Amino acid sequence: MSRKFPKITIWRAIFAAILLSGAYATYLRVMYGLGGSTNLSDKFPWGLWIAFDILCGVGLAAGGFTLVAVVHIFNVERYKPILRPAILTAFLGYMLVVVALLFDLGRPDRLWHPLVMWNPHSAMFEVAWCVMLYTTVLSLEFLPVVFEKFGWHKPLEWIHSISVPLMIAGVLLSTLHQSSLGTLFLIVPEKMYPLWYTPTLPALFYVSAIGVGLAMTIFESWHSSRAFGRALELPLLASMGRVLAVLMSAYLWLRFLDLARRDALGLLTRNRMETWLFFLEIGLMAVPTVLLFQKSIRMRPGALYACAVMVVFGFIANRLNVGVTALEAASGTHYVPRWSEIAVTLSIVAVGFAIFRVVAQYFPIFEAHAPEVVVREVHTPEANHIAVG
Amino acid sequence: MSKAILYDSTLCIGCKACEGACAERWGFPYNDQVAAEEKISAHKLTAVIPHGDRFSRRLCMHCQEPACASVCPVGALRKTPLGPVVYDPDKCMGCRYCMQACAFQVPTYEWDHRLPKMRKCDMCYERQARGEPTACAAACPVGATKVGDRDALVVEARQRIAEKPKEYYPKIYGLNEVGGTSVLYLSAVPFEQIGLNTSVPQGPLPALTWRVLELVPDIVSTGSVLLGGIWWITNRRSEVAKAEGKSK
Repeated sequence: MSRKFPKITIWRAIFAAILLSGAYATYLRVMYGLGGSTNLSDKFPWGLWIAFDILCGVGLAAGGFTLVAVVHIFNVERYKPILRPAILTAFLGYMLVVVALLFDLGRPDRLWHPLVMWNPHSAMFEVAWCVMLYTTVLSLEFLPVVFEKFGWHKPLEWIHSISVPLMIAGVLLSTLHQSSLGTLFLIVPEKMYPLWYTPTLPALFYVSAIGVGLAMTIFESWHSSRAFGRALELPLLASMGRVLAVLMSAYLWLRFLDLARRDALGLLTRNRMETWLFFLEIGLMAVPTVLLFQKSIRMRPGALYACAVMVVFGFIANRLNVGVTALEAASGTHYVPRWSEIAVTLSIVAVGFAIFRVVAQYFPIFEAHAPEVVVREVHTPEANHIAVG
Repeated sequence: MSKAILYDSTLCIGCKACEGACAERWGFPYNDQVAAEEKISAHKLTAVIPHGDRFSRRLCMHCQEPACASVCPVGALRKTPLGPVVYDPDKCMGCRYCMQACAFQVPTYEWDHRLPKMRKCDMCYERQARGEPTACAAACPVGATKVGDRDALVVEARQRIAEKPKEYYPKIYGLNEVGGTSVLYLSAVPFEQIGLNTSVPQGPLPALTWRVLELVPDIVSTGSVLLGGIWWITNRRSEVAKAEGKSK
């Protein structure tokens, strides 16, 4: 097998353009500070980097803890083939969240401060500790893949010996982290539009994160099956689609129950930007939920994939609404992200996709848990490479 | 005793002497251009803003239970027993949660600095610790800004309202807003007409977060027992299934 100079395709060109603009935006951020690289202001101190990179980034990584819980704690073995990609997604997701934090913090050199300067009354303090601890747990959960690849048995045994407490810690940290991102906004009752401000925000964040974790798992299985030319675990993903439908119904029920309890449903008749963005968010979640209850839709890969993508976009809409839309009216200003904010965000996402692809190609991510007999035959990177090319 | 500022909008003549004194005390440049800026910012920590023929001063409210101090992940903000809410720039990592959390949009940021700090009024902490009034109060030619013990100032404010009921709107802004602040306002008209936010909650804000955060130890302890138990049961079940499969 000979190595050639990579072909120029449309996707690679887009990828390069994104990274170039991201590099220039990074230069602006470093040289001219947040003022020279963002549209943030005293009245609107949090923007796209918090609302998308942090709130969505952490949420989209939720497949990791959800599947760890399902496979290792509830011992539902049949989901094992899609566990590793989910852990990899979560691990990369958290690494990228840390990168995003380096952009967003005014003093990224002080990222370590919460380690030694404590304030347990701060939701941000909880967030900081969850990021640090769960990234550590995720790297330990991912390490067996590396050890297997290089055939290091001693450390592999060591990791296995602590795997149960590790998994439990991971699930608990994720529970705290996903909900604490909602807790962040509990302090601004007077600033947040009532369609989103609710004392139950932490619970809603948690439940929707589990949903989007499942949706992301379907999403990445579908993409990797195409990228690596392997068979889609359709019955598995279809049953996951059904769980997703049940979970999202529960979420939507909670969401509307909460709105009703707070007498906020009346707001939906107002012709305001908030109302329309609320309907967009709910629509993107409700439509796939209804569709996924149909078996004929769940069993069609394309339709299942489309539903998962809708849930992901609905989730992103929700977090952007919480982080930006809901806070605009009371802030007395209008925030639209600057191009450089978007460039950094897109670069981070693009790098995430690229690393996932490379790692999935060279490490035993998808094959290791297939039926034991088949493993040896398709295991080598060469085999994958042929399948791709 | 906790110090506070009483700002009486009915007395204020809009001379902006407080703005100049504040800038001098912080070492910020102050000129006609800065004086014309009708908002607080990282180089102007108090601003006198006209509302028709009345004036209103903006500065940190120094809440009794400040949201900014409760949300700061590194404890860079702190309510002192003396009254002022003070900031330690050496701890601050620039997450700007204080700005997001403040109901009065007070904290401002040095957006254009490479190593930025948050900026806000600290009620001249070191001057007050020496028993001196704040720079703004010392500079005020008409006594519209007055420094004193909070309890005494509340009594005085009530007295002013009682003595001249026609000249005052019969309420003190800051008495109960977000659980009480150490800056109190008197006005001739309802407070929203001089630019104050009257939709802020009447109770302290930090409690809203703490109600959830205090559950963390319970979630961790209950959660580990629960998850550990579930793991034990499911694991045991599959072990038994395996053993039975073998014995057959």
